[in-house]
Amino acid sequence: MFDNFVVPDLLPAAPEIFVAVMALAILLIDLLVKDSRRTAIFALTQLTLVGAAVIQFMTSTGEVSYTFSNMFVDDLMSDLLKLFLYMTVLVVMFYSRGYVLDREAMNKGEYYVLALFATLGMMVMISANSFVTIYVGLELLSLSLYAMVAMNRDSVVSTEAAMKYFVLGALASGLLLYGMSMIYGATGSLEITGIAERLYAGDANKTVLVFGLVFLVSGLAFKLGVVPFHMWIPDVYHGAPTSVTLFIGSAPKLAAFAIVMRLLVNGLITLAQDWQAMLIILSVLSMAIGNLAAIAQTNLKRMLAYSAISHMGFMLLGITTGVVSGDARYALNAYSSAMFYVVAYVLTTAAAFGMILMMAHAGFEADNLDDYKGLNRRSPWFAGIMLMVMFSMAGIPFFVGFFAKFSVLQAVVAAGYMWLAIVAVLFSLIGAFYYLRVVKLMYFDAPADDSPLQATTDMRILISANGLAVALLGLFPQVIMSLCAYALLRSL
Amino acid sequence: MSTYPLLSLAIWIPIVAGLVVLATGNDRNAPLARMLALVGAIAGFFVTIPLWTGFDPANGGMQFVELHNWIPRFNINYHLGVDGISMLFVVLNAFITIIVVAAGWEVIENKVAQYNAAFLIMSGLMNGIFTSLDGVLFYVFFEASLIPMYLIIGVWGGPNRVYAAFKFFLYTLFGSLLFLVALMYLFVQSGGSFSILEWHKLPLGLSPQIWLFLAFLVAFAVKVPMWPVHTWLPDAHVEAPTGGSIVLAAIALKLGAYGFLRFSLPIAPDASHELSSLVIALSLIAVVYIGFVALVQADMKKLVAYSSIAHMGFVTLGFFMFSAMGIEGALVQMISHGFVSGAMFFCIGVMYDRVHSRQIADYGGVVNTMPKFAALFMLFTMANAGLPATSGFVGEFMVILGAVKLNFWVAFAAASSMVLGAAYSLWMYKRVIFGDVANDHVKELTDINGREFLILSVLAICTLWMGIYPQPFTDVMHASVNDLLRHVAISKIQ
Repeated sequence: MFDNFVVPDLLPAAPEIFVAVMALAILLIDLLVKDSRRTAIFALTQLTLVGAAVIQFMTSTGEVSYTFSNMFVDDLMSDLLKLFLYMTVLVVMFYSRGYVLDREAMNKGEYYVLALFATLGMMVMISANSFVTIYVGLELLSLSLYAMVAMNRDSVVSTEAAMKYFVLGALASGLLLYGMSMIYGATGSLEITGIAERLYAGDANKTVLVFGLVFLVSGLAFKLGVVPFHMWIPDVYHGAPTSVTLFIGSAPKLAAFAIVMRLLVNGLITLAQDWQAMLIILSVLSMAIGNLAAIAQTNLKRMLAYSAISHMGFMLLGITTGVVSGDARYALNAYSSAMFYVVAYVLTTAAAFGMILMMAHAGFEADNLDDYKGLNRRSPWFAGIMLMVMFSMAGIPFFVGFFAKFSVLQAVVAAGYMWLAIVAVLFSLIGAFYYLRVVKLMYFDAPADDSPLQATTDMRILISANGLAVALLGLFPQVIMSLCAYALLRSL
Repeated sequence: MSTYPLLSLAIWIPIVAGLVVLATGNDRNAPLARMLALVGAIAGFFVTIPLWTGFDPANGGMQFVELHNWIPRFNINYHLGVDGISMLFVVLNAFITIIVVAAGWEVIENKVAQYNAAFLIMSGLMNGIFTSLDGVLFYVFFEASLIPMYLIIGVWGGPNRVYAAFKFFLYTLFGSLLFLVALMYLFVQSGGSFSILEWHKLPLGLSPQIWLFLAFLVAFAVKVPMWPVHTWLPDAHVEAPTGGSIVLAAIALKLGAYGFLRFSLPIAPDASHELSSLVIALSLIAVVYIGFVALVQADMKKLVAYSSIAHMGFVTLGFFMFSAMGIEGALVQMISHGFVSGAMFFCIGVMYDRVHSRQIADYGGVVNTMPKFAALFMLFTMANAGLPATSGFVGEFMVILGAVKLNFWVAFAAASSMVLGAAYSLWMYKRVIFGDVANDHVKELTDINGREFLILSVLAICTLWMGIYPQPFTDVMHASVNDLLRHVAISKIQ
């Protein structure tokens, strides 16, 4: 019965295995920990992430290797994205620590375990080479996130957000699955590389394929949170506890980028003509709705939610410009610019939500824009950090956000979509308004109370480091830019 | 030639000094912050002096060049250099920075460190704009300089400062974002280069040239500002603190005009010829129409702001006549306007600090209580009107001479500014300074103190020096301007 069974090569998946084992172990250890601060659980979680990064680093060969019957792929793109992922989750966990300690309902070992499972889900998504793997990773991520959003279970808004997230997320998964089944029907393969080969041979039914593609793109758009599949983003960002919002708003963008690359670029590149047209519409709509709706917000988390929509729209621009009339010459340039955009966005957004978490304390969420009034008088240093973060998001130099926008725009212009570049910059102009408004509140307005900021030392150090990274990577973006380009060069 | 990276020093000394000033923290250390800012500004000025003394006037190309890799992924370089067109602006900018720090000395008491730091950082960034020879580097400085100005207007400005700060930022950002797309187009067309000097040589068809020219025009016209996108300037000036107005008028407006010479003319020469009548028409509207607008202003700062727009109209007019006389006249006008408008805004600031009003109607007979001030203010008003022997005359005269060669009616319209300029400047002066003491505020005025006297005298010396003996200024321009004109005369269409 087991004659055909070959033990798969486990090495490419070593980090995933490590994280899975550790997450289970931490779940058990948590039962034995009585200390209400749960320092051990926190430390173990962080150690797991560091360990995963080390293993990732040690086992990276730089070659593309498949395992588990081609369902799992390990290439330089996945290595790099996962390293960014560990770093992001590590920082997110540090940021959340104080917030979680202040809130009874969330101060559970499960918080950390769920975060690790979500991380595992994202790792699987990043390394997926099969529809099944993608789906498994995605669901692992989503289910963990639903639970995390609902964690603050006495909060009505959080519960509502979790319900909304769950129902809409399930719908999105359905769309994605439906699209996958269509494409499977047309090509007879679940493997992404296999699908690419079938499509290249050109004997698949185009109608069924495009039909499936529409559903696939809709599902992806849902997960990315781009218009018109964005409805859940503001409510979930707003309703979730801020530390969970930070989690949802940062790391999953890396994974979403990865599955877009895997599905659309690795798998369906021959249909690029079709999906690029869809993505252009999604992207322009996202930039429009995201930027316009953000202006009307009075809640910082909601504003950042709409800003996330517009940023994801901008990122998609990079992906839409890879193939120009059948010519894939610009592909590397375009996709690596999108990847750099995602990395820069995650870095910046982490700092923004980190600020909210730092300002918040027990019984005070610090998520209204008015809570930032006169911050410059209360703490010039952190007002300065927030100023850098806001200008970075607006795409003003010398901050990393500028070079992110720059590289994507450059790809758009190189592909000859001049009008798209102009549309994109005009919407960033609109976007600049609401980022400027935050700066206005901090600098031009008088504070409601003059009390100095209360924040723990480690939080202060971490936020400062994060803010300075936004500035330093704006001065010297070359390293990350060329890393992204190199990783994609070796993976595509 | 010096082996020191003078241009880098001119950019980074003020910026680093600004960060150091910022580190002095809250207002308890205000005297230290002021002192450090002054030292930083003076140090920044001293490193620019060798640029002028060591400048080779016979060489029309780039001097003091620095070239390092910055972002090899997109072939972006840290490429600096100055020619006869840009060198003087670096010196002027560093000089004005000292004036600005001194101008805010006792006046600014709130967030002193941040105030001075914003001006120092702004000064460094603007030096970066004047010296960048890489398109992205230029753009990065160009846009980054909005941040300190936004804060200066918004934090230390007048009652309507928020509106003015937003208007300033978004107007300028609008122009520069289209400019960014144009830069990327050039990057693609030139086969992957952001070097401005490469772009000068890049052959382009007429229609891309026209699109590029229009993109540049939007960016620079907003910055200059040209009619009809000038409306942000009066608001910004009125609301900005004195120092902000000085920097805005003396340096920031020159950035747009400089952009025409560095980008529009050499990169799109055929389009420049093709559309020169458009720019000349807009310039003349600025000169004549805005001159009339200035005449009816009741607010002194607004009046000088409108007069700035009119003067900058002269500058763009001079550029698009494609003659050495016109361009050099325009450049002289830019530098002169730096001194004169800076001094005018400072004078208004002196009165505002005492009376807390900028309305002309609130003054009258100031000469009775502030005779020293009245004498110096007189000189700058005359210079603003373009009186011979002041710097204001030289540039306007050269531009009008250039215009006569081009077309009599253009020259006629331009010359009307001599009349209008005299009218709005002198009429304001008459209402504010002469006559009987108008009210108790004026009666209680004290004459300028040593600090104010020093600032105004230095500016007065510059104004007179440039008016009587402009040769040191024009000498350094000749070679570069002639090179530019030779370049612009050759069609790029192949």
